[in-house]
Amino acid sequence: MFKKILIANRGEIAVRILRACREMGISTVVVYSDVDRAALHVRKSDEAYPIGPAPAAESYLRMDKILDVAKRSGAEAIHPGYGFLSENAKFAQACADAGVKFIGPTPHSMRMMGSKTSARQQMEKAGVPFVPGTSRGLASSEEGEQVAERVGYPVMLKAAAGGGGKGMRLVHTRHELRSALESAQSEAQRSFGDSEVYIEKAIVNPRHIEMQVLADEHGNTVWLGERECSIQRRHQKVLEEAPSPIVDSDMRNRMGEVAVKVAEAANYTNAGTVEFLVDQEKKFYFLEMNTRLQVEHPVTELTTGLDLVHLQIRIAAGEKLPFAQSDVAIRGHAIECRIYAEDPDNNYFPSPGKITVLLQPSGPGIRRDSGMYEGWTVPMDYDPLLAKLIGYASDRQQAIMRLERALYEYFVAGIKTNISLFQRILGDADFQAGKLDTGYLDRLLAKANPAVASFAPKPEIKGLEKIAAIAAGMFAVLDPAAPVNRNGNAQGTGSVPSNWKQKGRAEGLR
Amino acid sequence: MIYEIIVGGKPHRLELEKAAGGWECRLDGQPVHIDAVIPRRDVLSLLVDGHSYEIKREQTATDLHMWVGSTRFAVALHDPRSLRARQKDAGDEKGPRKILAPMPGRVVRLLVRENSEVEAGQGIVVVEAMKMQNEIKSPKKGVVKKISATPGAAVNPGDVLAIVE
Repeated sequence: MFKKILIANRGEIAVRILRACREMGISTVVVYSDVDRAALHVRKSDEAYPIGPAPAAESYLRMDKILDVAKRSGAEAIHPGYGFLSENAKFAQACADAGVKFIGPTPHSMRMMGSKTSARQQMEKAGVPFVPGTSRGLASSEEGEQVAERVGYPVMLKAAAGGGGKGMRLVHTRHELRSALESAQSEAQRSFGDSEVYIEKAIVNPRHIEMQVLADEHGNTVWLGERECSIQRRHQKVLEEAPSPIVDSDMRNRMGEVAVKVAEAANYTNAGTVEFLVDQEKKFYFLEMNTRLQVEHPVTELTTGLDLVHLQIRIAAGEKLPFAQSDVAIRGHAIECRIYAEDPDNNYFPSPGKITVLLQPSGPGIRRDSGMYEGWTVPMDYDPLLAKLIGYASDRQQAIMRLERALYEYFVAGIKTNISLFQRILGDADFQAGKLDTGYLDRLLAKANPAVASFAPKPEIKGLEKIAAIAAGMFAVLDPAAPVNRNGNAQGTGSVPSNWKQKGRAEGLR
Repeated sequence: MIYEIIVGGKPHRLELEKAAGGWECRLDGQPVHIDAVIPRRDVLSLLVDGHSYEIKREQTATDLHMWVGSTRFAVALHDPRSLRARQKDAGDEKGPRKILAPMPGRVVRLLVRENSEVEAGQGIVVVEAMKMQNEIKSPKKGVVKKISATPGAAVNPGDVLAIVE
C-alpha cells in the first residue's frame, strides 16, 4: 500500500480524498493556488505546497508543477479528483513516466473514452447500443445536413472532447445547422483546444442515467448500480439519486452488463461511469464514459455500503477487487444536492465572496461533503460547487423528507447559494412522483416560485412577518453588527462587531 | 427602544422594553411578551408564547434579510430618533440609473459604447466569475452616459459598471 498520496485538486473533493487517505493510514500532500492558501484542503492535509496564481491554467492544471511537488514530497501516487487533470491522458502518461501511480485508468483507456467520437467507434465494435449519428467529427455543414436528414431532426451537435455542456447545440431545423455548427466548433476550440464536433439524433426529453463500474488490474470488472442524474441545468447536474425511480432490477442488470462490456472494451481499470440516455420507452443508449470519480459518487457509496475512494486506492496499489458482482446489493435510497455558490434570485448567477454565517445540518442519514467553512472567502476563479448534502434512508420518500429536514437546518450567509432550489425540487409533485427528464428543472424554474417552502412551519406567512419584524428589532438591540440605517454604505458584510460596543448598547437599555 | 420596521414592503412599529424574564414588546400597538437569546452572531432564538423560532440575519452591502426557518423576509429598519431620510434607489423610469456589479468578478468585454442608445434588457458589460460569463443588462431604455468598467479589471459587488440615462 502507498505511504503517501498527492491530491491534485481542491474544494470538497480534495477533502473527501484526504479523509479516505487518513482512514487508510496514508499521509497526504496537497497543492494550492495563491487564492487557496486558507482553503479547507490545505488546512486538513499533512503537507501542502503552493503551485502558482489563481487561474487554473497556471496552477491546478500545471502538470509539471504538480509532478515536481510529487517528487519533492516523495508521494507515490496522485489522486486527481474530478475536473482539472482527472481526465487528461497526457497527465496520466506524465505520471507513469515520472514513476508516480495515477489513481485512475490507464492513459490508453482515457484516450479511447476521452474523445466521444473514438468512444463511439469502439462501442460500435463492441455491440453497445448508442444514439444514431456520426462516430467521427463533421467535415462540413453539408455533411451535417445529410446526417441530420438521415437520423431526423432534432439533432444534437457535440464537441468530441466535450463536457459540461460546452460545444453542445440543439438544432431543430436545417437552416439553423450551419451557424450552430460554427459556434459549437469555435466554442469547442476555445474550451478544449479541439474543434471536432459530431452529430447525434436528439432524444426528446430523455433521462440521464449512469452506471458506476469498478475494475481492478487483474481483469475483474463489476457494476455498482445506477444513478439518476436527469435534474440538470445548463447541462450541469444539480441533484442525483440512487437508485433511479424507474429502474427495476431487470433493467439494472441489463444496464450493468452493458456498462461492464463498455469498460472491458476499453480495458478499463479503476472507477469509472458509463452514462446512458434513456428514452420514454426506457430504452437506453450509451452516451459516454467518464474516466474519473464522479461528483455524485456518494449516492452509490450509501446504497452499496462501499467506499469508492478506498477501493480506487486499493486497486491502484495493485489489489484485487475484494468482492464479486454477486456480493453487490443495493439497499435503501440516497439523494444528493449539489450546493452551489449561485444566486437563485438572479438567474443562478455565480456568487463568490466571504461566508459570514454557516449553520450546517447533521443527524441521522445525513452526509455532508463540504469544502467550505465560516469565515472563508469563496474565490471567483473556480467551479461554484461548495458542498454536497446527501440524504440516505430506507426508501425514496423517507430520503426526501430527511433531506427537506436537513435543508431546513442548512444556512449560509454572506454569499448566495441554491439551497432554496432544493426545497422547491423536493417539494414538487412531479419530483416526488419520480417524473423526471433532462428538461425537468427548466420547466420547474419557469413556474412561479411559491413564496413559502413546503417545509416552512405551519403558521401562515403573516404570522411569520411579525416574527421577522420582532427579530429585526431584537437583533438591533442585542447584536448590533450593523448600523441601524442601512444604505449599503456602512460596514461591510464581513465586519465583526465590537464586543465593547455591543455590551455598552445592551447596558444602556437596562 | 422604538423602531420602524418594514417587512416585505409593509411598515410595522415596534416598541421594546426590558422586563423580568424577557422583553415587553408592542408590535403595532399589540403587547407581546418575548424572550430572546443570541446563541451566536446573526442567530436569534425567540420564544413567543411558548413557540420557539430560530431567526437568522443576513446582511449584504445593500440588503438586510431575516430568515424565519426557510422563509426569507426583506427587512428595513429605522430608528425614528435618527431623522436621516433613507435614500431609496430611484425605482422609476426617469433619471440616470447606475448599473452595478452583482458579484465579484472580472470585466471581460464591453458590449456598447458611451452615448449609444440601448433598450431595456440589452447587455451592457460582460462580467466573468466562476467560469461563467454573465451579461449585465440595462435596466431601462436610454442612452449610455458613462461606462466605468474596463476590460480585464476586477470588480466588487456594488461597483458601478455604467450609467444609463
